[in-house]
Amino acid sequence: MNQLTVTDVARHFGRRKALSQVNFTCSAGEIVGLLGPNGAGKSTLLNILATLLSPSKGSVSYGDRTADEGGAAVRASIGMLGHDLFLYPELTARENLTFFGHLYGLADVPREVANALEQAGLSARADDLVSSFSRGMRQRVALERALLHGPKLILLDEPFTGLDQASAGALVARLRNRQQAGCMIVLATHDLEIADGLLTRALFLIGGKPVADPGGGAQLRERYHAAVASAPA
Amino acid sequence: MRAFLRIVWIVVKKDVTVEVRSLELLSTTIFFAITVVLMFSFGLVVEGRAVQDVAPAILWIAIAFAGTLALGRTFERERQNDTLRALLLAPADRPAIYVGKLTGILLLLALVESVLVPLVGLLFNAPIFAQPVRLALTLVAGTIGFCAVGTLFAAMLVRARSRDVLLPIMLYPMTVPVMIAGVRGTAALLQPTPDLAIAQFWMALLGFFDVVFVTLALWTFDPVMTD
Repeated sequence: MNQLTVTDVARHFGRRKALSQVNFTCSAGEIVGLLGPNGAGKSTLLNILATLLSPSKGSVSYGDRTADEGGAAVRASIGMLGHDLFLYPELTARENLTFFGHLYGLADVPREVANALEQAGLSARADDLVSSFSRGMRQRVALERALLHGPKLILLDEPFTGLDQASAGALVARLRNRQQAGCMIVLATHDLEIADGLLTRALFLIGGKPVADPGGGAQLRERYHAAVASAPA
Repeated sequence: MRAFLRIVWIVVKKDVTVEVRSLELLSTTIFFAITVVLMFSFGLVVEGRAVQDVAPAILWIAIAFAGTLALGRTFERERQNDTLRALLLAPADRPAIYVGKLTGILLLLALVESVLVPLVGLLFNAPIFAQPVRLALTLVAGTIGFCAVGTLFAAMLVRARSRDVLLPIMLYPMTVPVMIAGVRGTAALLQPTPDLAIAQFWMALLGFFDVVFVTLALWTFDPVMTD
């Protein structure tokens, strides 16, 4: 899989339109940012890309397959860091990663988990319960959980939440590393300072609809505000 | 098949580890089930004599209530950190995840029943050791049928706002046949002279319900979990 293609995707919850007319592509080595205010449909779109929600209209292709055609093979190539961290607080960091390592059928789970814990800078606290971790530490474990199986498509929902400056910098470096390795990354964030310079391109979502990027070489924050201002009320 | 069983095992192992750490589900369900049985015993046991043939109904009511509590809490745990989505996102067979969750709840209810059955026997003078193997089989078959439907519904409702209300509303009408068969089969075994032919009939019916409910749940779990 080396391209994600989103074609005319819409999603309704009852009569409420959460998303409509979303079109974009993400190729290997690209980082696409989903930017928009709360309730803009960013998380809904990420859930659709993660195959956890079906679009009401339109389609999502992973390479040359849809989620229905690809099934488990498509899911194996996706790594997702949700707004909730997908971790069991009653388990240790090592147990959490080991559980997901087995679930993804990794060949050498103890080695992969040890590497992931080292990447997260948590080797010394590997056997502590996740419930005893700070939000930032949980976020780092959750990121390693999402990347443990070497996914080609990485979906991140507010990945910078709770991270201090050093950890956010480490995460940016990690994402650049994955980008250079040919992964496709789609991230939803409100943190425009960090996202500026990291994103290959931005998709502005307002009220579930994409709004054209004003462009013009301006800073991301200015483009974001211009996009919000240009959106129909 | 081996991959399927491997996923079942790792889901069960995870659920057991989480429960051993917190003992939250076990303590609340056992406490709740004991309370239900005690309340009935105060109403239905007069001067040390229980109303005739009431023990099987009390036992299955306690199992159904405790089971509903366990089902709701098990999936509440998966909802709190959205870990159910992580399970569904994995390339593992989704029916294997269902069977793993089902097995975890069955293990929990087996522990609850190991306390409940002697308690009901003691308080309602029921001869629980007259046919121990058949009684155990009836309980196992009935619990599988109840939990097969309950696990599917609890997973489906995990994101619903009124899940605590909806779960019993959906679950009890569907599992009434299992409950009736469980009560009648247990009653046949707890008579002063056990009626083995009748007990066998209800046990076979429970087995039939188990096959139907588990098959339907395995078939529908994947589509219903993709919203």
